[in-house]
Amino acid sequence: MSAELFSVFYQFADVFAFLILSAAGLAIVFGMMGVINMAHGEFIMCGAYVTVGLVNLGVPLPIAQILAALTAGIIGMIVEYLVVRRFYKRPLDSLLATWGLSLIVTQSMLLTVGSAVRGIGTPEGSFAIGGYTFSTYRLVLFFCAVAVLAGLYIIFMKTRFGVIARATMQNAAMAKALGARTGRIYSISFGIGTALAGLCGALYAPTMTLIPTMGATFVVESFVTVVIGGANVLLGTAPAAVFLAMIRMALNASYGQIIGQIGMLFAVILIIRVLPEGLSSVLVRRGR
Amino acid sequence: MLKLLDGPQTLGRGRIFWSCFLAVLAGALIYPLFADSYDVGNFAYFLIWIFMALGLCLMWGYGGMLSFGQTFFFGIAGYGYGVLAINMGGGTTTIAALVLSVVVAMIAAGILGYFMIWGGISGIFFGIVTLSATLVLAFFLGQTAGPEWHIGPARLNGFNGMKGMDPLTVGSFDIEGSALYYLMIALIVIVYIALRMLVNSSVGNVIVATRENPQRAEMLGYDVRKYQLLTFVIGSGLAGLSGALYTSWGQFITPSSIGLPAAAMPIVWVAFSGRNDLTATLVGSFLLLFGFQTITVYSQQAALVLMGVLLLATVMLAPQGFVLGIGKLVVDWWGRRRRRDEAPALADTSRLQSDET
Repeated sequence: MSAELFSVFYQFADVFAFLILSAAGLAIVFGMMGVINMAHGEFIMCGAYVTVGLVNLGVPLPIAQILAALTAGIIGMIVEYLVVRRFYKRPLDSLLATWGLSLIVTQSMLLTVGSAVRGIGTPEGSFAIGGYTFSTYRLVLFFCAVAVLAGLYIIFMKTRFGVIARATMQNAAMAKALGARTGRIYSISFGIGTALAGLCGALYAPTMTLIPTMGATFVVESFVTVVIGGANVLLGTAPAAVFLAMIRMALNASYGQIIGQIGMLFAVILIIRVLPEGLSSVLVRRGR
Repeated sequence: MLKLLDGPQTLGRGRIFWSCFLAVLAGALIYPLFADSYDVGNFAYFLIWIFMALGLCLMWGYGGMLSFGQTFFFGIAGYGYGVLAINMGGGTTTIAALVLSVVVAMIAAGILGYFMIWGGISGIFFGIVTLSATLVLAFFLGQTAGPEWHIGPARLNGFNGMKGMDPLTVGSFDIEGSALYYLMIALIVIVYIALRMLVNSSVGNVIVATRENPQRAEMLGYDVRKYQLLTFVIGSGLAGLSGALYTSWGQFITPSSIGLPAAAMPIVWVAFSGRNDLTATLVGSFLLLFGFQTITVYSQQAALVLMGVLLLATVMLAPQGFVLGIGKLVVDWWGRRRRRDEAPALADTSRLQSDET
């Protein structure tokens, strides 16, 4: 019995991790700046490529993953400085600008790198409970997702940066008047967002085929999670991921991946009819 | 009715603009007499996509709803045409298949639009929900390779796409080559004129008022949601028309004309052209399609990189669109020169339209 229960939990954890890891970065950028980064998938791709490249050079996998996340973060801050910064007052244009960027990056990668990158296998190791065998790496991914949420909680709730960031989020003009350097806060937040995207790519790199268009496999999940979650990462994205993971898990188990994805989309469209502001609006209102 | 052709919502009015319009139309009509049939077929291919661009222009430029789902409805109608044409058995019924597939796309738009608009989704989220739906449809169609995925005798065929449907046919006459070209020209003129009349009518004024300020429009007593839904259904239906015509033109359709990067293309055309004006969208989209096709022959990736660069450049340098911006510049320059040369009384007629050139 406990083996079946664990199996259900394992499947849930797998989908939950995927949703959290792919959406966290997007949600932070949206929550702080109201900008949806359409190049999110490309930062994920960047993380994956850097990881694989470093591992092929002989760097141990965990270190390569951390370096990949950092690389994506730094590139993100550069992109913020060059492009995104101009569009904080025009969120729709930021959508277009980052989408243009995404097109440029994906297609240039196809032109220059092509699809000829040697992948790395999923780290081996499995454990058995009852009659079932489970891959250890999938559980590692789940714990990474939980760690990301915990890390965000600490950064945004327990540090001085977090206080200023939340003040900026609530009222940027007032925060600026009180001496917060909002420009720098935005830049760092965008960096954190893209670093998380890079981390997502780095963590999933061993499990996937590396192609320049791989970002597209993440964007639907990250979009719907953010749409349902709303502006608050901790109170929105996390519950949204729990909720969507349950739907997805049930459908995946009986009908397969694609029906799971379609079902998730239908659930999202039904939910926005009822809760246009996302889950976080309900939770935040309750909290007050 | 004809008074609605010119109005505050569309650039270009008066005798000079319409003379230019007629001149371009006449040029388009006699073009097949001079060009070889391959070029005529290519031109017909560019014109297929214009409907989709005009639909997006209506939704985004006039209605303020940035839909990333044009290829979603393109795909629904494209596959719909294939399924219907195969099931109903070709011949003149292909015309019915064309109409029905566009209706199906409009019904889909009505359902999706109802949930989004009545749910109060707008701005950024409107874009990413429609894009999510688009990508999911593309993924779904991509994995329908097995023989179990069929509707009647029509196989969906996964990534390889659906094929084997008849082109548009009347009796035993296939509408192909220059016949298709003339059909496209006729449809574009009808759609363009109809959209001009729509946006300059009282309904169009409400649509624009909703874009400017939904609350205020609502306070004035309009149920803005109905107007938004109407806009969304028309705009998406035009994308459906493109899709059905596309399938009939090439007698095949694949999921790659739905997913990324295809979904970004209508956005690039309309943003680059100038979303606030139908004429600018018409001209700009045609130019971009022409350019894109020319480069694609050498490298599709390079052409797509260029599209990305154009999109980025447009939002950074000319958020209102390049074609519209250049058009306005020329009009201003012309107007100033006219005013300097002639009596100021002529200023009114000098607001001529240069986008047509």
